[in-house]
Amino acid sequence: MRRSQQSGIVGAFDTPEEVIRAAHELRKSGYRRLEGYTPYPLLDLERAIGRGRSRIGFVVFPFAIAAAAIAYLVQWWTNAVNYPLDSGGRPAHAPPAFVPATFEMGVLFASLSACIILAIWSGLPALWQPIFEVPGFDRASIDKFFLAISDRDPAFDREAIARTLKELGASRVEPFGVHPATDAELDERLERAEGEES
Amino acid sequence: MATEPVFIGRPTDAELSDQLLSTAWRPWRRLGMIGFVVAILGTLSLFAGITLTVMYGIGMWGNNIPVAWGFGIINFVWWVGIGHAGTFISAVLLLFEQKWRTSINRFAEAMTLFAVLQAAMFPVLHLGRPWFAYWIFPYPATMGVWPQFKSALPWDAAAISTYFTVSLIFWYTGLIPDLAAMRDRAPTRAKRIIYGIFALGFTGASSSYRHYRVVYGLLAGLSTPLVLSVHSIVSSDFAITLVPGWHSTIFPPFFVAGAIFSGFAMVLTLVIPVRSLFRLENVITKRHLDSLAKMVLVTCWVVTYSYILEFFMAWYSGDEYEIYQFFEARPFGPWAWIFWMMMICNAVIPQVFWFKKARTNLAILWTVSLLVNVGMWAERFVIIVMGLQRDYLPSAWDVFVPTYVDWMIYLGTMGFFLLLFLLFLRFVPFVPLAEVKELKHELSHEEGH
Repeated sequence: MRRSQQSGIVGAFDTPEEVIRAAHELRKSGYRRLEGYTPYPLLDLERAIGRGRSRIGFVVFPFAIAAAAIAYLVQWWTNAVNYPLDSGGRPAHAPPAFVPATFEMGVLFASLSACIILAIWSGLPALWQPIFEVPGFDRASIDKFFLAISDRDPAFDREAIARTLKELGASRVEPFGVHPATDAELDERLERAEGEES
Repeated sequence: MATEPVFIGRPTDAELSDQLLSTAWRPWRRLGMIGFVVAILGTLSLFAGITLTVMYGIGMWGNNIPVAWGFGIINFVWWVGIGHAGTFISAVLLLFEQKWRTSINRFAEAMTLFAVLQAAMFPVLHLGRPWFAYWIFPYPATMGVWPQFKSALPWDAAAISTYFTVSLIFWYTGLIPDLAAMRDRAPTRAKRIIYGIFALGFTGASSSYRHYRVVYGLLAGLSTPLVLSVHSIVSSDFAITLVPGWHSTIFPPFFVAGAIFSGFAMVLTLVIPVRSLFRLENVITKRHLDSLAKMVLVTCWVVTYSYILEFFMAWYSGDEYEIYQFFEARPFGPWAWIFWMMMICNAVIPQVFWFKKARTNLAILWTVSLLVNVGMWAERFVIIVMGLQRDYLPSAWDVFVPTYVDWMIYLGTMGFFLLLFLLFLRFVPFVPLAEVKELKHELSHEEGH
């Protein structure tokens, strides 16, 4: 799935309101690959950078159903088919008695799959990420709000973005990334994008 | 404002972070050291008791025939019950958007985890041959037999293992943003690396939070039926048997209510000293304690109602064994004083919480919470021991007397629980930092409008 951003420009803001406004403005001016980094979840920021509600629930659902179905089948096959046990004269296939384990396995695998998918979709674990090298980024988990624009954004223009971020109230603006795209690469990409359009 | 606020003062996010994270950096204090020594002694007693049980067998316990379920199952049910309030606070109150749950939910979840861990030991030890515990799983064995899924014991195994796993990942998922904060604020390189590993490289990216929010809600939604199902399944260990006093359809809701009752009491028992010791009065306010006390009062009444109904049903059934069990054996038979202690601690004493003075007085709150825990343990004792002591056949009647190994293991689990809890307080930010900041942000917005 989508990994976190590898390189680009990031601006630091002091308040959630500022970063949300900045994200709205940047999106309005045509930037598409935005990412916020905040100390706590900000629903408005997720909306501002153009991300809707997560669909993770729909992915988890089949896992839960499959786990419950397998749990029921195991109980039925072991207790009613492979080795029927007469316990107090109850039928070998006793659906009410098979409900508890079926339900528990459904819940267990729904939870496990939700967490594993969350990790995969968030690109975790990844103990080091390029954004960590930005000076002052350790405040992103405390009290600062960061807004990053990837240099893979078709509208990426280093100077313009830096200027805009400053105008929108960023207290500092920094490039980040292991191999930030050079100006030549950016020009080339721009030409290619224009070529595709025409 | 009519009620106390859930949050006092206006610290900045940085000040709040420093306050809540500093619990993991500050040096050891004498009280903490004493606590650790006590907890380690208890843990040693637990493992000594386990060693004796495994070496010489279940005969080291006071269990006999007819009382084949002594301390092992009493303590199992008691500890599982205590765990339930943690899940109730973190999941059910989250779904109902109760703001006061925020600063105590991680605390309560940790209590759940550690309590379930204690509980899980008992059925395994009670097997007598704990090394065969894996026979409960349906694996293709050379013996060619399978677990008997029409018995309540495999249900129990499924319920407890699911409950523990789901509680653990729910707790860890909630911790991740705070572990990232710990990593970013760590005073030494070693701590930075350790917390960094546990934080998994979380950046607080909005694209992660988008899924995170939904997964957290999903886990809360999945844990909610667990609160109800786990103790219902535990109660069916009793309810599907024919023992007088056990064979009753009221057991599942009765057990769930009792579980949440004892769990809330345990949260109070733990939160009151911790809040004072770590000076967290600004995030765990009187409002939290007040709400917890009210929950204790509500669940107390559900439990009391169940007691009344149990007696009524015993009389109404016309069944002489049921009538004897409830009107003779329990109030006047052997160990009758435990029955009366249960009634006083669970049905009478919590009534002080009708008064606001009692709900805001720390000493009263703490004492009552302890007594409720005693009362709930007495309830498990009454159900298990008194039911089995006076079965159908008078010639088989006997009295249960716990042995020193029973006490070593029981008191030992308290030490082990305390040890795990102190380690948690020591190394983990136990007030959820990100959630408190989010709450603060929401509250400031509400004030602004």
